[in-house]
Amino acid sequence: MAAVAAFAGWLLRLRAAGADGPWRRLCGAGLSRGFLQSASAYGAAAQRRQVAHFTFQPDPEPVEYGQTQKMNLFQAVTSALDNSLAKDPTAGKDRVFNTPLCEQGIVGFGIGIAVTGATAIAEIQFADYIFPAFDQIVNEAAKYRYRSGDLFNCGSLTIRSPWGCVGHGALYHSQSPEAFFAHCPGIKVVVPRSPFQAKGLLLSCIEDKNPCIFFEPKILYRAAVEQVPVEPYNIPLSQAEVIQEGSDVTLVAWGTQVHVIREVAAMAQEKLGVSCEVIDLRTILPWDVDTVCKSVIKTGRLLVSHEAPLTGGFASEISSTVQEECFLNLEAPISRVCGYDTPFPHIFEPFYIPDKWKCYDALRKMINY
Amino acid sequence: MKGQPLSRRGEGRISEGWSAKMAMAVAVAVARVWRPSRGLGRTGLPLLRLLGARGLARFHPHRWQQQQHFSSLDDKPQFPGASAEFIDKLEFIQPNVISGIPIYRVMDRQGQIINPSEDPHLPQEKVLKFYKSMTLLNTMDRILYESQRQGRISFYMTNYGEEGTHVGSAAALDDTDLVFGQYREAGVLMYRDYPLELFMAQCYGNVSDLGKGRQMPVHYGCRERHFVTISSPLATQIPQAVGAAYAAKRANANRVVICYFGEGAASEGDAHAGFNFAATLECPIIFFCRNNGYAISTPTSEQYRGDGIAARGPGYGILSIRVDGNDVFAVYNATKEARRRAVAENQPFLIEAMTYRIGHHSTSDDSSAYRSVDEVNYWDKQDHPISRLRHHLQSRGWWDDEQEKAWRKQSRKKMSGPSSFISEEGYWVPASEVCLRPCTYSKCSVMEAFEQAERKLKPNPSLIFSDVYQEMPAQLRKQQESLARHLQTYGEHYPLDHFEK
Repeated sequence: MAAVAAFAGWLLRLRAAGADGPWRRLCGAGLSRGFLQSASAYGAAAQRRQVAHFTFQPDPEPVEYGQTQKMNLFQAVTSALDNSLAKDPTAGKDRVFNTPLCEQGIVGFGIGIAVTGATAIAEIQFADYIFPAFDQIVNEAAKYRYRSGDLFNCGSLTIRSPWGCVGHGALYHSQSPEAFFAHCPGIKVVVPRSPFQAKGLLLSCIEDKNPCIFFEPKILYRAAVEQVPVEPYNIPLSQAEVIQEGSDVTLVAWGTQVHVIREVAAMAQEKLGVSCEVIDLRTILPWDVDTVCKSVIKTGRLLVSHEAPLTGGFASEISSTVQEECFLNLEAPISRVCGYDTPFPHIFEPFYIPDKWKCYDALRKMINY
Repeated sequence: MKGQPLSRRGEGRISEGWSAKMAMAVAVAVARVWRPSRGLGRTGLPLLRLLGARGLARFHPHRWQQQQHFSSLDDKPQFPGASAEFIDKLEFIQPNVISGIPIYRVMDRQGQIINPSEDPHLPQEKVLKFYKSMTLLNTMDRILYESQRQGRISFYMTNYGEEGTHVGSAAALDDTDLVFGQYREAGVLMYRDYPLELFMAQCYGNVSDLGKGRQMPVHYGCRERHFVTISSPLATQIPQAVGAAYAAKRANANRVVICYFGEGAASEGDAHAGFNFAATLECPIIFFCRNNGYAISTPTSEQYRGDGIAARGPGYGILSIRVDGNDVFAVYNATKEARRRAVAENQPFLIEAMTYRIGHHSTSDDSSAYRSVDEVNYWDKQDHPISRLRHHLQSRGWWDDEQEKAWRKQSRKKMSGPSSFISEEGYWVPASEVCLRPCTYSKCSVMEAFEQAERKLKPNPSLIFSDVYQEMPAQLRKQQESLARHLQTYGEHYPLDHFEK
């Protein structure tokens, strides 16, 4: 009985550890090595869990928005939603609800709500599953105002969806589909890098008078923790943020990858004495051309990095625009460090993602061009 | 609530012995760990049945807020997914297509009321409005169809044969009920007194077009008349209408939303999505399917194998009816009752209006390629909503040949001299030669609007760039300026004379 109780307690602690992924959970609960070794003695090293490919860097505590609280990214999202719901005086469980399992229905339904003027925040469980709703998003939501001559619109629609690699998500829990939507005038596409950014950007998306897609880096849901204001606040859309100034190279990314390039900037400084300007794009569509170009004019070199596949990825749009606007300022070809042109693999994730070593290597080649 | 497992107060018949409880906790924990996001799922349920709900509830009370009373003593099915009895005979349910859902009608083909208790007893004014709306629509269709043939507008879709479905349903709604259409519901707008000038403006894409010249003809929209702008993709409006209905319910607006679509569009995934959402989320919506026999060239025999669209409703839990779409009173009665109940009971209704598409799908179609002229003539001559209503009016003494002439004349407004306009070759052409087929109803008010629409300029090309977003982003402004500069140099190669400066 005591053994059973201990076993039960251990299992419940695992649950409480709340980490994602079976291997992480076991390690997080302080499992003794002895328990596992018999199962994996032949490959203990191979089966050790992978370390995350990034280190989340929290921003300093914001002071201008009042009292803050320690929140991870999903708590920050929840806080934004709570703030938004608080504006609606009507209570009831018909405000936050499940729907039948149908993404085209979810988005279509959300559009219909927004057409009447009410605020609709639709969740697609993983960005990988947003494609059934592609017609509703591209052919309907994005075009509602334009095609009606501004008689009708669905501006009060926001779609939010977990996005990006998570360590073990494979083909259908890891995708970053922002490039598909970047090609669609009429919607806005936003990706935050941190809890503080997430809350402010999500509130801006909800209040924005255009339909918005808000992609939330799922790997940061628990891994990213920082001080986030309790009260609502807005971070403007279509404004990139220079999070670190530099003079030799411009690094651009969004979401999780911002933390990768931050680390690359530190490596470049330490190993190569190169000063990097790090930009978080934040809004993919419409994107802040001026901030990026201004930076490239200063540095003469640009590296863009994203997890999504290289061909047709959003780095190609940035690259194309920057070479048009800043051609004579460029000291080296623009570098794109992206996922390969394959579906997102499972066991090969450490090799697939554009990690800091690939970014560092590309940066080094640019410097030596 | 149906479909939910286990109640907090469930009567487990297993003893609440300590060992049983511990085993239960272990089992639950195991189930939890390996299926973290979906509660106990399938792993847990057999364990629960074994050990009883009460022990479980003690450990995880927050999970059991919404479940049924669980009695494990009966041999009744306990599946959360369906409320049904067991059967021990293997039998497939036969879809009944030979004798499908019956078609509700009020008038026979000669316009006589069959069952007097179904007569809606509408006042003469209202029924005359039905007639005039349908005939005005018919006239406008003839003129605009011909105008496309002559290259004056780029495209058109007629509503021949379906006027009854539009007017009967529109008349049964409140003016503020929101309408989501497909593209063959102009009669709804006509009934709501949308001016001819604006129909034409949209078809011509001229400066008076509320849509600012952005869409193909017949993509009408009107905010004041609560008619959401038409879009080309099929069935996309269905889940949107459901969302709008949900919002109306939450706002206690006492409004219904009506959503029109054809039997072809009903095959789209969006239709399935819309039906399921409407029933599950309890939305005050009327789904109005115009089953007109064809989706362009695809006949219904190649569109579905079941008993039309009405038979699908019960599958979703939706109250459904099939009506004679060419009987304007049947359409009216069904829509009226559906509206009343949808608002009162917050549930969807499905009306399948059987009708026939007398015209081609559009000006890009020649339906003689896939159906016989005889078939079309039957419907045009023997079962036309306008004829049936006229016969009814005449039998009531509310209309006669004199009034018919007067209606045609009345709409023939006084004009100074023969109306005429310039053809593409640059010659003056008398108005009477515009239509190759003689049009019969209210010809000249339509003609007037038509001529005015043709004379007007198109909107300024800078309107390409506005309303993409509420505000114009910097990149778009640059593109707008780029076009302006381009036109300064190369303007002669563009039809700028037809566009507002």
